[in-house]
Parts: sequence; C-alpha cells; structure tokens
Amino acid sequence: MMESSNIPSKREIKVPMVRECLDQRGENLHKILKESIAGFSGAEISVSIDMVTLRIDSVDLAEVCELLKYIEKFGFDYLSCITVVDYEEKQEIFEMVYHLVSIRRHHKMAIKVSLPSNDPTVPSVLSIWKSADWFEREAHDLFGIKFEGRENLSPLLLFEEFEGYPGRKSYPFHDYGEW
Amino acid sequence: MQVHQQVSEHSDAIDLMVNMGPQHPSTHGVFRLVIWVDGERIVKVEPHIGYLHRGSEKICESEQYNQIVTLFDRLDYVGNLNSELAFCLAVEKLTETAVPERAEYIRVILCELNRIASHMLFYGVYGLDAGATTPMLYGFRERERVQELFESVTGARMMHNYIRIGGVKEDVPDDFHKNVLALLDHLKGGVDECDSLLSQNEMFLARTKGVGIINGEDALDYGVTGPALRASGVIEDVRVTDPYSIYDRFDFGIPVGSNGDCWDRYYVRVEEMRESIKIVEQAISNIPKGEISAKVRRIIRPPAGEVFVRTESPRGDLGVFLVSDGSDKPYRVKVRPPSFANLQALEHMLEDTYIADAVLVLGSIDIIMGEVDR
Repeated sequence: MMESSNIPSKREIKVPMVRECLDQRGENLHKILKESIAGFSGAEISVSIDMVTLRIDSVDLAEVCELLKYIEKFGFDYLSCITVVDYEEKQEIFEMVYHLVSIRRHHKMAIKVSLPSNDPTVPSVLSIWKSADWFEREAHDLFGIKFEGRENLSPLLLFEEFEGYPGRKSYPFHDYGEW
Repeated sequence: MQVHQQVSEHSDAIDLMVNMGPQHPSTHGVFRLVIWVDGERIVKVEPHIGYLHRGSEKICESEQYNQIVTLFDRLDYVGNLNSELAFCLAVEKLTETAVPERAEYIRVILCELNRIASHMLFYGVYGLDAGATTPMLYGFRERERVQELFESVTGARMMHNYIRIGGVKEDVPDDFHKNVLALLDHLKGGVDECDSLLSQNEMFLARTKGVGIINGEDALDYGVTGPALRASGVIEDVRVTDPYSIYDRFDFGIPVGSNGDCWDRYYVRVEEMRESIKIVEQAISNIPKGEISAKVRRIIRPPAGEVFVRTESPRGDLGVFLVSDGSDKPYRVKVRPPSFANLQALEHMLEDTYIADAVLVLGSIDIIMGEVDR
C-alpha cells in the first residue's frame, strides 16, 4: 500500500477555504477592506482560495465600487469581468460576481451581489468602469439581468428576435428544434 | 459595402453610414462595424459582434472537466495552448493538484512558442492591412516552423488538446530538445528579418504613427489588456505581476510603448517575440526529467467552491472563473476573453481618425472572433 499519495481520498476532500493561500498583498487588502466597509450593513468579507470576496447588498453596489476605485489605498482601476451565476433552482437568486484588479496597487478582489430571480435588477457600474459596458450587455442578453441607470442594452451576442435567456439553467438547452 | 445617408446630429452636413462586414476580408473574422463618417472623418462607430456565438460557456456546463479542454482550444484558435492552460490551471487550483516540474516546463515552452506563432500571424496580417503584401509571406514562414514543432509534439497543428488537467497528454518526442534549439536559432533570425522589413518602413510609419491613440488611463478604464495596454505605457503583464505556472523563475522583460498608437501596439508585439524566445531558451536548458502528469482521477470531481485564474494569453488577460458544486461537471464556467474587452476600446481609438485608418486600428488590437463571441 502506497502511503505517500497526495491525492485526497474520496471521503476526505480538503475544504478550499484555505486562509494560508492568501499572499501578503491579499492579507493587507483584507485588513484595509474590513475597516472601510464597516459602514455598510450586510457587507461580509470572506476568503476563497486566494481571492478576497466582498458580499454586499445590491443597493450599495455603486457606492462601494466608487469607493474602491477612487480611494487611493484600494485603487481598483480595472474591472476584469462581470459574471452571472444562476442559483435559481436552489436558492432563487442570481449571483453577480465582479472581479476587480488594481494595476497600481497590485491586488485583486471579487464583489458579490445576490439578486432575487423574480426581479434581477442591479445598478449599473458603467459610469465607474467603461469596461462594464459589454459585460453588462452580455449579462442582459444571456441571463436577463436588468441594469439600472444606463442606456443601450440591445442584444450583443444574440440576435434581435431571440426569445428567452439561454445562459440560465432553466433554458431548455438540449431540446432545440431543427430548422 | 452599403451606404446610407442621414442627417447629422452634429452639424448641417450629412453623415454617411458605412457598413463594414460581417464578411469583410479585413475584419479578421465575422465582425461588423458600422461607421458614420463626415467626409473622410469618422464621427461614430458601432461594433456588432455575436456572429460566432456558440454558447461555449453553456456547453461547458454539460461536459466533464477533461472534455472541456477541447472547447477551450476553440476559443482563441490562434493561441490555443494558452487557452488550454488557463482552464487547466483553474481546475488544478480548485483540486489543489501539484503539477510535476517537467510538465510545467513543457507547458511554458509550448505556450511561449504559441505566443510567437500568434504574434507572427499578427505581424503578417497587419502588414497586409497596411497594404504591404510581403510581410505576410515572412510571418507565415516563421509561424509554419513553430507549427511544425507543435505537430511533432501534439500531433495537431491547431486544436492540440495537449495540456491536460494535472500535466500534459504525453511526453515530448526524443528530438524535442534538438528541434527547439534549432527552431530558436531560426526564430531569432526570423524576428530580426521581419523587424527590419516592416517596422521602419516609411510608408508603414506614416500609416501607423499617431493613429488610433489611447492613453494608459483610458485603456485601463475600457479593460484593455495585453500588448494593447502595454503600448499605452502601462507596465502590466500577468506573467510578472500575478505569476502563474512557473513564470516567476524566468528572466525576461516587459516591452512597453509610450504613445499608445498603432505603431506602438505593433512594435510591442515584435519585441515580445524576442522576450518569448528568451523564456524558451531558459526553459529548454533547465527542463528536468521525470513525470509529465500528476496522478489525477479519470473523472475529476473538484470540491465545491470557486476559483478565478488570470493568465497572459497572446492577446492579454485571459481569465477563467470556475464554480464547482462537487459534481463531475462544472456548475458555471466564465471566460474573460481579452479580445472582448479590447474591442470595446475601438470606439475610443477610432475617434477623430480617417475612414482609411479604421482597418489599421482594428488590426492593431489583434482580435480573434472565436474568443470575442465564445
């Protein structure tokens, strides 16, 4: 029997919330984030593998993003991507994940916002980062997320007449008709 | 080409709407650009994408982890190995798999050669965009040499499916070391030759210098990454600032431009090929013997959790966001394609340029529509 196997056996899977993985920069960010975010109710900070994750209410999103971009110690000058994760079946929510990177300060983080699946509306961050433009249009296209405070949410990846939101888990993916 | 006339909002003059694409030889794929012009000057542009949308992210949700590598090949079909690597790194990070040294070195060598091949394609096509036919012949000659090596290692010229979760598919052939050294010799001369052929050509300079300028701050705001961002003077390369794989072991420079114009975006890539050659040289001389893949299960079931990985593809910051629910298929895969974000900045770059420059500015971002539309 080989003992020195690094692969966790099927029963004891390692929990991925490993605080040790967070490097020096991540630790520092974690610390300063905790101080600055204290004013927002419902804000939670967690660490997943090497990413500091901030969970906030959707109403606070624009304010928090402005703070993160313009306060020098954060300096998140680059919005890497916006993801929608569909948890409609189990929890009846859509989760928006914003991945931010600071090129100046060399750190990265994620912001998470949960939206109720019957009315997925979230404030737009287009006025803060221009890169949000197409990512928001894509989220609108594929998941039907509504963005407040911006114009032109015309279809980006799909065509005008397309019906339904094909990114969602509930979209019938495998029983399409031939035409 | 269709031409429509409409009354301008800007002045009493009449703007012309010119439609370019979706099938147009200089749009590098199926991409449609609607341009409003006032005389020769561009007033407004409106990019239309989505013609190549295959729903790759959604397909990933119904495939097992090992099967998804092939889908990533088809995103950035000029820098395939770099896309494969991004996905494999994400899964490895989530499953906490340690990749053997030899596999890491093989990955780095192939990815950097892939970067050179991709930039060579850019070089050739960009010359063509500017009206010079010869650079394409030289660019493709160099790229062909790299492709030949890929063929001997992976068995395929484009859709390799070589980098696997935990390592690589199989060990390199016996003559790999010799072939890479010979290839590097060729490439060194090849890059210099290409450089001397086009970079300082007076016509080329006149067409590209001072055209399509974007400054570093705006570029970042638009989410531009990779060579296009570095051309604007921002020192940012994921291989250095957020190192993945074993890139922290190599000694190489980050070429940076100063004006953020088309010529800078072109020349940053030429210089990058030289830096990539340096990386391959260091890697091939240090490549250890040993295993080429970690012991991973045939069917991979990562623990529930999520991970975001950033890598530097030939076009920029390629990110993969992976959500696992503990089953053998990912719950959500999100690709952050560099071309997608870079293309957003086209609007800004084309402000106040002439219609004849539109093709050159578009070419200088080096987009791959397979990646933009996914």
